[in-house]
Order: sequence, then C-alpha cells, then structure tokens
Amino acid sequence: MVMEIVCPAGTPAALRAAVKAGAHTIYCGFNDETNARNFPGLNFDRTEMRSGISFAHEHGAKVLVAINTFPRAGSESIWHHAVADAETCGADAVILADLGLLDHTARNHPGLRRHLSVQAAAANADVINFYAETFGVRRVVLPRVLSVHEISAINAETDVETEVFVFGGLCVMAEGRCSLSSYATGLSPNMNGVCSPASHVEYEEDDGALDARLGGYLIHRVERNAPAPYPTLCKGCFSAGGKTGHLFEDPVSLNAERLIPQLQKAGVTALKIEGRQRSKSYVAQVVRNFRAAVDALDAGRPLPQGMLARLSEGQAMTTGAYKKTWR
Amino acid sequence: MELTVGPNQFFWSAERWESFYSDLTQSTVDRVVIGELVCSKRLPFYQDRIPEAVSRLLDAGKEVTLTTLALVTLKRELKLTAELADMGVMVEINDLTALAYIPNGCAFSVGPLVNVYNESTVNWLASRGARRICLPPELPVESVKVLAQAAKDKGVAIEVWGHGRLPLAISGRCYHARLNGRSKDNCQFACEDDPDGLDVVTSDGVPIMAMNGVQTLSDSYACTDHQIDLLRDAGVSALRLSPQADGFLELCDLYRRRVDGVLAQGELGQAMRDKHPDIRLSDGFLTGRCGAEWSGTSDQPSKAP
Repeated sequence: MVMEIVCPAGTPAALRAAVKAGAHTIYCGFNDETNARNFPGLNFDRTEMRSGISFAHEHGAKVLVAINTFPRAGSESIWHHAVADAETCGADAVILADLGLLDHTARNHPGLRRHLSVQAAAANADVINFYAETFGVRRVVLPRVLSVHEISAINAETDVETEVFVFGGLCVMAEGRCSLSSYATGLSPNMNGVCSPASHVEYEEDDGALDARLGGYLIHRVERNAPAPYPTLCKGCFSAGGKTGHLFEDPVSLNAERLIPQLQKAGVTALKIEGRQRSKSYVAQVVRNFRAAVDALDAGRPLPQGMLARLSEGQAMTTGAYKKTWR
Repeated sequence: MELTVGPNQFFWSAERWESFYSDLTQSTVDRVVIGELVCSKRLPFYQDRIPEAVSRLLDAGKEVTLTTLALVTLKRELKLTAELADMGVMVEINDLTALAYIPNGCAFSVGPLVNVYNESTVNWLASRGARRICLPPELPVESVKVLAQAAKDKGVAIEVWGHGRLPLAISGRCYHARLNGRSKDNCQFACEDDPDGLDVVTSDGVPIMAMNGVQTLSDSYACTDHQIDLLRDAGVSALRLSPQADGFLELCDLYRRRVDGVLAQGELGQAMRDKHPDIRLSDGFLTGRCGAEWSGTSDQPSKAP
C-alpha cells in the first residue's frame, strides 16, 4: 500500500492546490475556535467546506475536518454544531481530542469516522486501544514525543491506524498538554486554538539588535539583518543554571523525509504535513515532494534526497523524537 | 473547604521524601496524593518507602490517593500504571492510559494534567467512575463555576490548583539532561540538584519558567489568596497545594487559616511575601488573564536582573 499523504489546507485555494499536487487526503477546519489553527483569515466557512469536500471527492481525495480544541464550558454547542456540519458537508472523518466531544460524536454521529487528534497526546498502544474500544476511534495522530522504535511497538499492538507528522512545525512538548502560551499571553492551543499568537508578538530595535517579544517576554535577540525566527515560547533563547541557549528546542522545524521507509516498516498508515497557516504554493510543493517519495518507495525506487530543504525558510531541520537521541 | 496535597513534582532524595510525608501526618490537610508524577526513572530511589508513608498518612486520618505518571510511553511505565490500579488505594489519573486498567465503574480521581474543559467531559468521567476532579490550572473561574455545577449534579467533588509552581508542559525530552549536554536515557539525574525546579530566565533577566526534568513549570507560584471566596461560592470543595522543599507545613497552615476565615483576603499573600520574599505569585489563569499575572497589591520581586 502506498503511504497516505495527509496535507493541510488553511484556505479553499490551498485545498485545491494540494489535491491537484497529489495529496491523498486534506485536513482543514472551520473558521472559528473549534480548531487548533484559529488564525485570522484562515480556515473554511460552511459553504467553502461543502464545496471544498466536493472538489476533493471529485478528484479522488478525502477530507478530514479538525475539531480539535477543547470545548469551552457553557459553550459546547459551538463544537457540537461543528461536528454535525462536518458530517453534513460530507467529511470523510473528524479529528477530535476532547473526551466529551468524542463521546458526543460517537453517540450522535455514529456513522462519522473518528480520528484522534495529536492534541489528545495518546502515546501508547493501551490508551489508543482504549479510545478505539470506548469511542470507536479508527485512526490516531501520534504525538511528536515518540521514536520510530516506539511507533513500531505501538503498531504491533493495535489495529487503529497511525498517522505521524513528517514535515513542518515541531512541538517539543506533548501536544494538547501545554499551557506555556496562555501563561505568557492568556491564549492557548487547548482553549483558543492558538500558540504564541501573533497578536502578542512585538519586535523592537535595541542597540542594533532586533528583539522579539511574546506577551512582553524577550524570546529572541538577533543582530539586525540576521534572520529572526518567530518567537515561539518553547524555541526561545533563555538562561538557566548559568547556561544560555535554546534550552527547550532550537528554532528548528521537523523534516522526517529520510525516515519514510522506516516509518512504513513501523506500520504507519499516513504521513502528516503540518501547516494550515502556509501558502498554497508551499503546500503544493511539499505535497509533490512527499507524494514522489511515497510513490518511489512503493515502486521500489530510491527516495529523492534533500528535496525540501529550501522550504524551511532558512531554519534548521530535525528528525525530532523519531531518533531516540533527541531526548 | 478541604486541602489536598498534590503529588511532589520534583526529584528529592529518599530521606527528604520520607521526612516530607512523615511531617504531613502532623499537618491540617485532608488529603494527600502520593507517588511519581513526572519521571519514572526517579521512582526506584524511593519506591520502597511508599507503602509505609501511605500507612502513616492513613493512620493520621488523611485520605490517600496514588498518582499515575503524567506521560506514559515505555513498556515498564505501562506495567507500573496497570499495577497502580491493583494497589487497593484510590488512583489519581494524570494520563488517560490508566483508564485502560481501571475497570468500568470503579472509583478513581482525575488529576490536573487530564484535559477536563467542559461539562460533557465531566459527565463522561463521572459515568466512568470519577469521584473527584482536580481541574486543569489553565481554566478561568467562569469555567470552574460551570464545571463545579455539572460535577455537583453527578456527585463529583471539584478541586482547583491552589498553590505552587504551575505544571505548564510535559515532554519526551529531558531539559535538565539537555542543559548538561546529555540525553534522557543518560540523564545522570541532573534534576536532583533542584528540589523546587531550576529557574529559567529571559535574556534580559526576567524569570519566565522553571525546568524540572521532562516537565516545564511556571516561574511564579500560583496562589489563590484573592480567589478563594469566589471558588468556594462556585462550589469548589478543595484546593490543591503543590509540595515545595521549604516551609510547606507552614504554608498548609496558612491556607487552612485562610479557607477557615481566620486570615482575610490579602493576608495570605502578604504572609507568603514575608516568608519567601524572592518568589513571585500569580493567579492570572483563574482571573482569565495571562497565567503569570497576580491580583495582589503587595510588591512582587523585581523583574529586572
């Protein structure tokens, strides 16, 4: 079986570009707080979702709708409507993280396929099987804290399909279990669908250096004209115990293209690309490259090498936790 | 209002660990959650002392609950988690993995590291056997109110993070090891040197976080002095006090006097300030602002280096 390429789409244009570039599956969300990329100008209204899904289906691609924030107490109906509308629009599955929403969906929309979001941070076979038995979850997006060896062990002990991130942003912390962002800005991935939000970023020049601040905290200071990484909290430059540096993670992004054959051997069903906030041309290029890689693997040809380095915006690349030494 | 002592988040020597729980038998707290939350590699150093600590706390009239790990990945961690369910003591789940081993309908507690954000989740957990839920520290008071009402309808007690460095994140990577140029598997227990976590400051000297092995905590110490009356009115039945290396019994006593009305709003924060002039306090998660913010008027230690 060819490994499935699961590609992000932040806009209807990106969805069409990804489908045309060869994505097997697209994931996207509604333009509200129900999804974990709740950025201004991004995501789909109901009409766009319906026509986007039709377009994908006409071209043989699937669409997964991410409803993966944690519903706010007293306002759960917003999330319940999102699930109902995803089903009405023809979604092939919904991607969920919240226990209550999983339960609601399993009971009220039994025919709607349920995937477990990375925001649920299900990191072992026993908990994955628990989600499958309790809520009928058919696929799990694995957290980015696992090595290839561990992923292989998980697949040996579950029938639930596994999907892993192979390209784009890299969470260093277990996803869905991090409130660094709300500690500094008041807004979090779990509650608001944003991390280190642009609304709380300030850049200022100071003595020939450029300071990047988040919620008032200095995250990076770089020489003027040097590339300034986005001030994400877990990739900031800090000091502790007399040492200064990127104590949690360097400003790197994930690229596991070289590990595709090992991931296939580990029993992974689908390869996920991060970046619903990315442009349609970026998305199309990443999809083309990954599609070429999985097609080559399927045909027994060698993988094209180093194909995506130019898309990393000058950032360093890492294979993250897939290599055990990352820890 | 009751007081619960949360699981110790740090790596203490077995002697310090034992004397901490021995001291707690003399405290005014109602409940103690005990066991390893953060890193399974720490457990062998004090594991054999847990049964006796549990017995002594029970003899002293405390309720005792055993915590699971916050992030269960390795085979031996799965085994540990499964064994907890058979210990005959109430289990506090801090990773949903534990539900794979707790039979449907058996009573359990839910810790602050499980995502409980809404009524449906409270209802589902209650139907599964939850009797007590300590809500995630990130939640504002408005959400706490709604959830406490939902829990009350189901006979579930609601607890809120009352005091201590806030658990902000958990990772597969060990930051203490990374700081020392090592990997998690070869960490050499670097976290042992920091019994309250290691302060992390920005390049211009502002404290922001604290590292504790695979866990990241807040620089500030959450303090509910200004929120206790609101929380009580909301139906919260217990506050969770998170262990710290020094002055913890005294801290428990201050909270006891505050929840019993002996200390007025503001007096608890002031007492903290007097005893620990170097630490910063916060309650911004509860007030719905940035987590790091503080409602108190008493001066915080300077942010400047």
